[in-house]
Amino acid sequence: MVYSEEYLKEKLTKELDAAHVEVVDESDGCGGKFSAVIVSDKFIGKPLLARHRLVNSVLQEELKVIHAFTQKTLTVDQWKSQNQ
Amino acid sequence: MNSVMRRAFFPIYNNTFKSSYRLFADKSINDKIDTIVKNNKVVVFMKGVPDAPRCGFSNAVVQIMRMHAVPYESCDVLADENIRQGIKEYSNWPTIPQVFINGEFVGGCDIMLQMHQSGELVEELKKVGIKSALLTAEEAKKENSK
Repeated sequence: MVYSEEYLKEKLTKELDAAHVEVVDESDGCGGKFSAVIVSDKFIGKPLLARHRLVNSVLQEELKVIHAFTQKTLTVDQWKSQNQ
Repeated sequence: MNSVMRRAFFPIYNNTFKSSYRLFADKSINDKIDTIVKNNKVVVFMKGVPDAPRCGFSNAVVQIMRMHAVPYESCDVLADENIRQGIKEYSNWPTIPQVFINGEFVGGCDIMLQMHQSGELVEELKKVGIKSALLTAEEAKKENSK
């Protein structure tokens, strides 16, 4: 099973009620390496580890195949201030 | 906590010889990992060794540790397939590298990088009595500019 950027983006957006998701396939097509920016207010009040664990739990099945997954997890406020 | 629960309830659902044998294997690996984690202030489970990391993410963690001059124990998961799989269950974390400070799972490469950038890593190290080299350098700089 090879996962696509679109599939992961859709799943993360839906499951995390995300305001913004960017997913980039960095594997040159083999589907083993992705990076993602996820903006969701579900991260409010959660330390970094808890945020990453939340994302990992959403992608539990997918991460058995994807062996490298870089993530940035931001709340909507953090994302806005970063883009200013 | 999670793994203790799982271990306690697992036999109820799986009574075949095969799975109890597997359980035994799991337990010994789990204990082995637990011993490494509990006996060292800082442990990095990585691919390769600090002098020759065999993965970019493991290398990034090694470089961060080097910058802060952290003394740490490293464990090459490529040298032991049981540890490679076992560590993922032990910490409930799907990827390598994995960093433990004071017996607690701290995170993988992304988290270490962000903790390094935010200064949080210096604080976490301070809590376990390790003074980051970056902190020492900063203090020396201040001293010189006085």
